[in-house]
Amino acid sequence: MSILKKLKPDFLHFQKTGGGTRKRLVNFPRLWKSSVLLTAGVSLIPLIFITIVDYNVTQRSIESEFLLRTSRIVSNLRRTVFFFLEERRASLDFIIHNNKFEELKDFDRLAKILKNLSKSFGQFTDLSVIDASGVQRTYVGPYELKDKDYSSQKWYDQAVKQGLYISSVFMGYRRIPHFVIAVKRNLTEGNFFILRASLDIEPFERLLSEIDIPGAGDAFIINHQGILQTLSRNHGEVFEKINLPIPKYSSQTEVLEGKNAEGEDIVIGYRYIEQTPFILMIIKQKRVLMESWKKTRIKLVAFLVVSVILILAVIVSTVTYIVNKIYLADEKRVMALHEAEYANKMASIGRLASGVAHEINNPLAIINEKAGLIKDLFTFKHENAQHEKLIGLIDSVLFSVKRCGRITRRLLRFARHMDVSVEQINLEEVIHEVLGFLEKEAEYRSIEASVEVKDVPFFETDRGKLQQIFLNIINNAFSAMDDGGHLTIVAKKDGNNDVSVTIADDGYGIDEKEITHIFEPFFSTKTGQGGTGLGLSITYGLLQELGGDIGVRSKVGEGTVFTITLPLYMDEKKRTKA
Amino acid sequence: MRILLVDDERELVSTLAERLAIRGIDADWAATGEEALKMAEAESYDLAVLDIKIPRISGVSLKKKLQKKYPEMKFIFMTGHGSEEDFRACSIEAGPEFYLVKPVDIKTLIERINEALEARGCAL
Repeated sequence: MSILKKLKPDFLHFQKTGGGTRKRLVNFPRLWKSSVLLTAGVSLIPLIFITIVDYNVTQRSIESEFLLRTSRIVSNLRRTVFFFLEERRASLDFIIHNNKFEELKDFDRLAKILKNLSKSFGQFTDLSVIDASGVQRTYVGPYELKDKDYSSQKWYDQAVKQGLYISSVFMGYRRIPHFVIAVKRNLTEGNFFILRASLDIEPFERLLSEIDIPGAGDAFIINHQGILQTLSRNHGEVFEKINLPIPKYSSQTEVLEGKNAEGEDIVIGYRYIEQTPFILMIIKQKRVLMESWKKTRIKLVAFLVVSVILILAVIVSTVTYIVNKIYLADEKRVMALHEAEYANKMASIGRLASGVAHEINNPLAIINEKAGLIKDLFTFKHENAQHEKLIGLIDSVLFSVKRCGRITRRLLRFARHMDVSVEQINLEEVIHEVLGFLEKEAEYRSIEASVEVKDVPFFETDRGKLQQIFLNIINNAFSAMDDGGHLTIVAKKDGNNDVSVTIADDGYGIDEKEITHIFEPFFSTKTGQGGTGLGLSITYGLLQELGGDIGVRSKVGEGTVFTITLPLYMDEKKRTKA
Repeated sequence: MRILLVDDERELVSTLAERLAIRGIDADWAATGEEALKMAEAESYDLAVLDIKIPRISGVSLKKKLQKKYPEMKFIFMTGHGSEEDFRACSIEAGPEFYLVKPVDIKTLIERINEALEARGCAL
């Protein structure tokens, strides 16, 4: 708490009270706020803006690179798949054109070709020859399918019309997923025949599964109806309908972003493989793809946060430092103005007092002499000497003149000491003199003032300053006390070199929160009631000039004790300054 | 013992002279510096009571002139004004105890007169 208090800059004590020379040039908390906001704004807004732009640009470029890479993988894979099919188609095409219908119709010949094909490619399971009427003339394979009539089947129609047919994957009798490739050879006079082969999809699947696709990727083939043709990791078994919408037809490789059945972001790359019912698809998890971006993103954000904190710390501390310096300089300026104002005021009071005293003293002296002469005539010349009433009247005139003389003399003495000078003083006399000014007020308000001075020698100090110090403190005590209060002043020697004076009242006392501030300039609980908050700060300043010190103890409701310490011997510096 | 009183307040100075006379002290009075110088030429005075603020010649310079001519003469300043400069100047000229602020009790004045003349007596 105390550390926080120490760190708290002085300008936060700023109060907007007062006018004239007391007026501060600047509203310091506002200056601080606007400086911090402006500097922070100018330095942070571009930084944040650049970071946001960079963030977006980087994210976008990473995303587009992912899409590009996906597209590349799809294209490569499509080429592989296409060549795989093309190779098989081409070999069948070669066989059908290299052999006459009659040769191929021969079971042994066909069986030998199947054997050789299986040896070269591995996955051919059967081979058959179908004539132009759609009847299977020869069949080499695990089933009895000779003479089967295909003329009414769709695939036969397509093979006849387009010269090539590649089927979707189906189970067939063997309960093994496979597909069919059929090629046609045109003979003379509109005649033709067809060579048909069944192939296992297992090597096909191996082809796809061997590819390592980043981003928890999944590569598989579906047909145009969305039925899975090969095994997929996350999108179902063979022959199941895929749980994603069938992608729109395009003759090129396409990459798009979407959501899967679980609602996760995915990247879909696909390609329709020409002359087949197949669509090659690659699905990637965007979350996995963006993992590396996430790390970069955290670094970027951390960098931003650290920069912002650093910049703010530098700005706040620099602005606080500078504003505080300005504040303290301004405080000094205002203080100097007020000291000058105070000194001027005291000098004016001094001049006024001595002027008034002088003007009154002359007529007073005349009254004194005239009345004195009347009395002299009575007493020395014995005229009307018996007239006691007249004598009494003259005595009372003389007594009043004496009283007036005391007052004007006191005024003159006070005014005389407005000017600075170091002299031997009698402390008790000075205290009584100051109390003399408040004598009448004390009498009216029945305030009892007691003074006790214990063996304090005469000592050298500035009498005028000491008068002002006592006047300020005693005045404060008077305004803090109710009628019938008690003021106790005790002066005694304190050690060999000091005199201490305690001035105790039984007034309202000072709040604990306020007591630490009472010697600060402009601190006043009476602002608006004529208080300037300068009395005690000036008292403090005057005491410092005399080489003394001032302390205070107070309890609300019980009263306040000011303790003044004065040096018995002024050092040379103070003496010349005074 | 003959005393010269100088003050521009005629009412004051004449009355004071009369009161001193009642007490057996011969006192003449003047209201200006020139008048005082003239009177000092005609008569010899043991002591002068001077106001500080008198027209044309100030009390202090009057004292200097008188002292030059009559080195034996003693001086007491009496003023209604109590400024620091006056006090210092007069203290130097006559000593701080011979600087009196009006209104002055006649007993005090006579005491001071005696003190001043005694000092001369001692010196003599």
